[in-house]
Amino acid sequence: MRSKPKWLFPVLALVPVLGLYACLRVYPIAETLRLSLFKWNIISRRKPFVGLDNFVELMSDPLFLEAIFNTTVVAFGVLVITIPVGLALAALINGRQGLRRSGFYETSIFLPHVVSLVPAAMAWKWIFDARLGPLNAFIGWFGIPAQSWLFDPVLSIVCLIVLCSWQSIGYAVLIFLVGLKNVPEALYEAARLDGASPFQAFRYVAIPLLKPVMLYVSVITLISSYNIYAQAFVLASDVQGAPGHLVRVLVLDMLENSFRNYRVGYAAAEAVVLLVIVLVLTGAQFRLFRDRSRA
Amino acid sequence: MSDPDHPSSDIDRNTPAGLAIDVVLFAVGLMMLLPLVFLISNAFKTPPELLAWPPTIIPDRPTLENILGVLHETPLLRWIGNTLVFAALSTASIVSTSAIAGYVLGKFDLKWFPAVFGIIIATSVVPFEVYMIPLYLNVQAAGMLNTLPGLMVGYLVMSFGIFLVRQYVTTSIPDELLEAARVDGAGEGWIFLRIVLPLMRGPLGALAVLAFFQAWTAFAWPLVVTTNKDTYTLEVGLALFQTGFTVDIGHLSAAAALALVPSALFFSLMRRNFVRGVAGTGLKE
Repeated sequence: MRSKPKWLFPVLALVPVLGLYACLRVYPIAETLRLSLFKWNIISRRKPFVGLDNFVELMSDPLFLEAIFNTTVVAFGVLVITIPVGLALAALINGRQGLRRSGFYETSIFLPHVVSLVPAAMAWKWIFDARLGPLNAFIGWFGIPAQSWLFDPVLSIVCLIVLCSWQSIGYAVLIFLVGLKNVPEALYEAARLDGASPFQAFRYVAIPLLKPVMLYVSVITLISSYNIYAQAFVLASDVQGAPGHLVRVLVLDMLENSFRNYRVGYAAAEAVVLLVIVLVLTGAQFRLFRDRSRA
Repeated sequence: MSDPDHPSSDIDRNTPAGLAIDVVLFAVGLMMLLPLVFLISNAFKTPPELLAWPPTIIPDRPTLENILGVLHETPLLRWIGNTLVFAALSTASIVSTSAIAGYVLGKFDLKWFPAVFGIIIATSVVPFEVYMIPLYLNVQAAGMLNTLPGLMVGYLVMSFGIFLVRQYVTTSIPDELLEAARVDGAGEGWIFLRIVLPLMRGPLGALAVLAFFQAWTAFAWPLVVTTNKDTYTLEVGLALFQTGFTVDIGHLSAAAALALVPSALFFSLMRRNFVRGVAGTGLKE
């Protein structure tokens, strides 16, 4: 039936889209890879080829190492909060599905994932604020002294993790709910006949079946956390003249090298590092999937 | 998502255990919303009330001072306008390119199509931040900084959109339907516009909502390609406004609330579409 399609229509229809992809995706990706091998400061006409020098320099650049360390801590911090909390919430919501209130649960948990980043980060910035923020007043009730959340190098990372987890939990819950819906009811039924409690049924029936979904959500969460920028930007920028402690993340360091220090080749090398991280995570996911489906 | 016939796990609806779960979920839901609720509430508070502890959720003496002040101090309405136009055009571009490319890649098999589809999906693995700098250099060279086209360059296509449409087309639009139209002498363009497109309303609606939100909340790209106050998007304008020394919490909250409320409302209206689209991103495997 599809043996003799006229080639004219599909080709003509596809060419503009392919043109866009070539210019807006394939070319700039290739250009990033190429630039990472050059030393170039945007303005200069000289653009010497330096091989892997940029990467070698990165490995001993304290700012870059700080950025990659912070980003990794944040990414895994978000992961260890998002997956268990998301799974627990999804399990609870799944049991209440069909009730009118479940719409409220889903909406309220998912809303932080979709609302604009900057206003949401500003809301949290006020919560963390050392002088005016409700968080310090709240912990004061328990006799804990006020903390300068956004100024302390460790606490500011904690703040970033809290903010990013708050945003990513909604997505995890949503995907877990889709996964839970696909668990055959008969399996729960069988578990119940065998005398399993609802919790046991979830633990031993649903969780093993959800493993691929958990893996998927973990990888997505890690990848998106490796790309954070706006959150760090807003939390650290100054209000009332007092800049918070800047949590240097990878994208921030890259943009600074490119647009403040005009080291385009060097920034491109950082972009390549980011790409490698993402590819490794994606590759790991596919690999684990394959092993699992073979087993 | 809520399906009345969906059999739930064996916690029964209104047993004590079930109601306890309701209480927990209700509390979690409120906690998730609390930062946003405070933000909106702060927008209507007077300076003394902003300092009060415990913070009030409904302001004692609500004032419009902050909102009027912010509208006076910043071109906030202009930023909202910029963002709306940008998001609408980006959505239109993503929906139309995804519809046509997804359909063609799903229903025609030229020898090189699988390779093309492979490349499109492969680029989606690469985060935007990775190739942002060369893209910026090109936009700059073309003199498109601070222009709408320059802004849109980053948001004209979406690999997931093409994937979604192709998936839908191969599973839900029978070849026989297209073949019958061809036998009747319909042209390919007519078939696409009059038969296929109306059938794709569901997935395209979900995609449109996703694309709109993606553009509405874009940050890093608009931050680098806009450098003058009149061309900022809402997110960029707001982020730079809040770095100013003299702004107070009331004004900041007012600006943030004005930015937040439209996206929250839009989400509430489009929740089903949105959820379908996002859930679709998780169903690749």
